[in-house]
Amino acid sequence: MTSHQSNFWNYYIFSKDHKMIAKQYLITGLIMALLGGLMAYVFRMQLAFPGEAVPGFGDVDSGTYNQLITLHGTIMVFWVGMPILLGAFGNFLIPLMIGADDMAFPTLNMMSYWTFFVSTLVLLASFFVEGGPASSGWTAYPPLSARPEYSGVMWGMNLWILAVALEFFSVLMGGVNYLTTTFNMRTKGMKFSRMPMFVWMQLAATVNFMFSVGPLIAGALMLLLDRTIGTSFFVPDKGGDPLLYQHLFWFFGHPEVYVLLLPSLGIVAEIIPTFSRKPLFGYKMILISTAFSSVLAFMVWAHHQFISGMDPRMAMPFGLLTIIISVPFAVVLFAYIATLWKGSITFTTPFLFAIAMIAEFLIGGVTGIINGAAAADIYVHDTYYVVSHFHFTLVPITIFGMLAGVYYWFPKFFGRMMNETLGKIHFWITAITFNVIFIPLLQMGMGGHQRRIPDPTEFEYLKGMMGMHKTATIALIILLIAQAFFIFNFFYSMYKGKKAEANPWKSTTLEWDAPSPPVAHGNFEVIPKVYRGPYEYSVPGCKQDWSPQSAETVN
Amino acid sequence: MLDWIVGYMPENIATFGEDIDYVINLIGYIVFIWWILAEGVLFYFLFSSRKKEGVKATYEDGSTMKAMSWVLIPVVLVLGFDLFIDYKSHSAWDKIKIQLPKADVVYRVMGQQFAWTYTHPGVDGKFGTGDDFEPDDLVVPVHQVVHTVISALDVIHSLWIPNLRFKQDSVPGRIITGWFEATKTGDYPIACAELCGTGHGVMASTLKVLEADAYKSWVAQQSAAALAQ
Amino acid sequence: MSASTATNTVETEPMLAPHGRLGMWMFLASEVVVFGGLLASYIFARLRHSSWDEFASQTMTSIGCINTVLLLTSSLFIVLSHHWAERKDIKKSGKYMLWAILLGVLFLVFKGYEYQHEFAKGITPLTNLFWSYYFFITGLHALHIVIGLVINALTLREIRKGQNLQRVEVAGLYWHFVDVVWIFVFPLFYVAS
Repeated sequence: MTSHQSNFWNYYIFSKDHKMIAKQYLITGLIMALLGGLMAYVFRMQLAFPGEAVPGFGDVDSGTYNQLITLHGTIMVFWVGMPILLGAFGNFLIPLMIGADDMAFPTLNMMSYWTFFVSTLVLLASFFVEGGPASSGWTAYPPLSARPEYSGVMWGMNLWILAVALEFFSVLMGGVNYLTTTFNMRTKGMKFSRMPMFVWMQLAATVNFMFSVGPLIAGALMLLLDRTIGTSFFVPDKGGDPLLYQHLFWFFGHPEVYVLLLPSLGIVAEIIPTFSRKPLFGYKMILISTAFSSVLAFMVWAHHQFISGMDPRMAMPFGLLTIIISVPFAVVLFAYIATLWKGSITFTTPFLFAIAMIAEFLIGGVTGIINGAAAADIYVHDTYYVVSHFHFTLVPITIFGMLAGVYYWFPKFFGRMMNETLGKIHFWITAITFNVIFIPLLQMGMGGHQRRIPDPTEFEYLKGMMGMHKTATIALIILLIAQAFFIFNFFYSMYKGKKAEANPWKSTTLEWDAPSPPVAHGNFEVIPKVYRGPYEYSVPGCKQDWSPQSAETVN
Repeated sequence: MLDWIVGYMPENIATFGEDIDYVINLIGYIVFIWWILAEGVLFYFLFSSRKKEGVKATYEDGSTMKAMSWVLIPVVLVLGFDLFIDYKSHSAWDKIKIQLPKADVVYRVMGQQFAWTYTHPGVDGKFGTGDDFEPDDLVVPVHQVVHTVISALDVIHSLWIPNLRFKQDSVPGRIITGWFEATKTGDYPIACAELCGTGHGVMASTLKVLEADAYKSWVAQQSAAALAQ
Repeated sequence: MSASTATNTVETEPMLAPHGRLGMWMFLASEVVVFGGLLASYIFARLRHSSWDEFASQTMTSIGCINTVLLLTSSLFIVLSHHWAERKDIKKSGKYMLWAILLGVLFLVFKGYEYQHEFAKGITPLTNLFWSYYFFITGLHALHIVIGLVINALTLREIRKGQNLQRVEVAGLYWHFVDVVWIFVFPLFYVAS
């Protein structure tokens, strides 16, 4: 065991320890988040001040603009959301929360990260090849993506496909690990009915991913063949069908939203009970709803394609199922809100981010109804309304959920506390500016502003919206600058923060039994046993208002 | 106040536009009320449940049916509203995208990088004859049913006419017939709504809605010019 | 190795199945969806194009049949290899694994001959959409055969050393999967209409 630690390469780089791998995912993901955010800065500047050189970047022509929006979407979903919510938090917490000393397959875990790392390099390499990176949108619809001459991008797009395929393969390896670990390595007493919601949500997200990604992997390979050797799977000249790709993509694309959403809801489910000192409301009800929504997630994909040219009669079943899928999530969100009732809440930074995740995700949820109603979608499809809607879902999910998790588990990750004051400044600026960016976008979408155009002043009817573009851009700049509070807090606290005790938040789940940070190989000093459910707070008759899962008796 | 959301939308000039605007407005009101309620309860709970010295949190894990009904009853109401919305939405969808009223005018619309090409069959109303012509703008008569037979040459585009509440992807290899009936004369913008390459942002065009007489003489004149060539 | 030794000393809730078997099932579940999506795409395309029956009749049904028999027999051998591995009979287990590998190689030889024959007739993946699907799906399947052969060869080495015999079962699971995929591919491409 000790020989592992003495060697820099084995300890920091080719580590098989799930905690180190989690940190690798976290740092890589945060760097990519910064990159994605800076891209948003560049194209939002172009939108607000079309034709003017963007400070720190230069001129943005329409090709560059398309590349920026493509890579922004790709990075934020595949290189930020998935590595952080699954790779970092899943890796770090699943073994700790179920009382295991590591993952079931530590070597596979290491390979998973390094495959992800290679995929990151491939994606970044695509910036430097001739013609630049992919420019067909993050959905990469063919024929635009299927023939180099249509977009003017040759190798950038090929590398994009390769990078995404590698990333999927990496998540697949991780998924095999998560499922096997959860099924096989729960400590004595950790029955399924006592598993923390976070672990359940990771499980559900992994299952969603593994059962949806296959068709897209096939689709990506076919797209690559179309581009390179010239087959016509998605190009009509020899009988291919562009819409087939859309079906393969969105069959994956909708469950993919839940691959991100569920882990984030899992993070929130841990944080809310801890800081309101109350059990999670309706544990089983939440589980059943999650299972129900995971099944429905595979039956709604064509709601992205109402006006794509598919048979319009298909809008009936898909529209109905889409609207019904709001029901299980209403259950989950209402249950989270009910958890707060008659609690004893302390407003820490992780709690604020967790609440913001719910409060903002509600906006994402309700705005989605207009997209799900086929007739209304005719108007809002491919407008800024849709852009705003999915940012009101995905930003709370990935950014707020992730930040809540980082502030909450930072002491367990690094053994020190983050600074609360800096955290709260960071929270308020982030939460407020986020709304100032995306509420104008809702209004612009209603005004008929189509997506993905670099210069709104080309259209007479969009000229009146430039004020809103400017507001959104300025808010984005403030939001990006405010992240300095987080970055500083993160690195400062890592070395100079207050030393954390094993259970600084007085929480109940098993990860707080391990020292902060946990033992390098093996996590716990003694592997704990489990005696009760995960959210036993303020149990009547106990003096102490938290009853750890591992405590045989609580006074 | 009644057209709170629709107020942000450009003027409607399509017969089916009212149906779309109605659905959008209906959803807008329903979800806005639900949203206010949900956020209101959330913030009320946050405020009323803040930590007070000497007050312990109430142990309630929501495992009994009685407790769960606090969540499930609102959810059943949500489901009811959902189904109502879906019903309204699909009646409108059926009218707009599935039922096809008989055409007074037929246009062929071809999307390509980066322009829309409109083909009018000319006076004889038949495509492929000498009097077909390709106007720069989509010129249509008011109060008549126009069919658009949409396809694309290269990549996917999307014909987007905000005032008509009209949007339809044009897919290479597929021919998709849509329709509209304009209710007001004037010039209205046309754009491309699906990312189609570097010129996506300049793929603009104009819808000109003319009085029936003006339209008729315009067609006669264009056809004659086409035949003369 | 520290992880696995520690696991043995820690009391856990009952395991669902050994790690390797469970992990392989999970992996195969996602593989099923890859081929499922692909074959579904092909079937829908074929239903749209009635002319494809004629192309399907040009594939070499005889070689398809031989290859089906080869893979089924190979699967049988790997079952036998697993059977003897469980009884710790390294010699017999290794012998059957070797046969399973040889039949797999033979499959690839026949497949290669078939491709050769088609190229000679001027048929390539670019000929039309049917042949694109044909070459892509059978090619992807052949790639899985190659990966399976590598896994089997590595397992054979372990058998010969007499260690990690539980891997025979895991390798066998993968090999059966590749076999099952072929059972779907064969009628869809080789048996016309």
